[in-house]
Amino acid sequence: MDFILLIISAILVNNIVLAQFLGVCPFLGVSNKVSTAIGMSGAVTFVMVLATMVTYLIYTYILIPLGIGFMQTIAYILVIASLVQMVEIILKKISQPLYQALGIFLPLITTNCAVLGVAILVIKKDYNLVEGIVYGAATAIGFGLALVILAGIREQLELADVPSGMKGAPIALVTAGILALAFMGFAGLV
Amino acid sequence: MNQVQNFSKGFIKENPILVMVLGACPALATTSSMINGLGMGLATTFVLLGSNTVVSLMKNLIPDKVRIPAFIVVIATFVTIVDLVMNAYVPSLYESLGIFIPLIVVNCIVLGRAEAFASKNTVWSSVVDGAGMGLGFTAALGVLGAIREILGSGAIGGFKFISGDGILVFILAPGAFIALGYMIAIVKKINKA
Repeated sequence: MDFILLIISAILVNNIVLAQFLGVCPFLGVSNKVSTAIGMSGAVTFVMVLATMVTYLIYTYILIPLGIGFMQTIAYILVIASLVQMVEIILKKISQPLYQALGIFLPLITTNCAVLGVAILVIKKDYNLVEGIVYGAATAIGFGLALVILAGIREQLELADVPSGMKGAPIALVTAGILALAFMGFAGLV
Repeated sequence: MNQVQNFSKGFIKENPILVMVLGACPALATTSSMINGLGMGLATTFVLLGSNTVVSLMKNLIPDKVRIPAFIVVIATFVTIVDLVMNAYVPSLYESLGIFIPLIVVNCIVLGRAEAFASKNTVWSSVVDGAGMGLGFTAALGVLGAIREILGSGAIGGFKFISGDGILVFILAPGAFIALGYMIAIVKKINKA
């Protein structure tokens, strides 16, 4: 039961982009087409689960025993950067189609604050390893959901007559704002 | 380009958030009041100044292939300094900015200036560039925070000038997106004119 609550809360109620403002850059950057949005969500899910797991283990078994918890930020960003690089190399070797689909998005993920944000939040909220992984996966699904919905709306907006000053980032932000308003309706769920 | 232009370009012409739309996450998340927005902006400015200085000092020492990881370590070091200092001296601000202080490390503005400017220019112009960009970001966050605070709770800088609630949505998440969207549109108009 706890896990179901955790999942619903991470996907809908506390949506990572629309309620917590993490990962807004890729949210605005790659939401022009639904197909790229799906590719990006896949890559983020993959890296987020892996990064949450690895950073949790490093924090609990290396940083804390050595008493250097303050190195968290530096350690995490290095781990995430090398993890992304490693995933890219492994995918290239073992699964060409998957690499074709996710490859171009992987380098962008290092600077996606959602990945580092979730890794830090898992420690802040005192989750254990399993809860952390479930939270990471659910958050990534929430990110994907928001990204794909916004991409769908923006594809339709191509046909609309937007005032010239509002074209591009401004209209995307206003759209995201209305989307966030809709997501606030989920607030009573948990 | 002289240093005055180098400094002032960060405010309107090349404002990191309002023109280049970099660093949108902290800009949206921490601007529920003017004070929070300014605090976040100043923390980012400090990191930007530090990383720009160190990166431009070390630009000839860092091999080209590993420059990005090296920049990230430099940035992460300054972020850790800000994190610990703010935790010690301004605990209430630190509490309300929360996770967004450690997340300065993945703020695209900081890495972007290190890569695009500090690694190619002299120390002095990098410092000026960092100060201009950082203060431009701070100004944008301050204005956005002030707009949201005035509309959302009828207060400015914590001083309430109307009784009762404001338009609550501007304090909440949707208002952040919408207010930033209109600010970007207005700056676009100013730059075109």
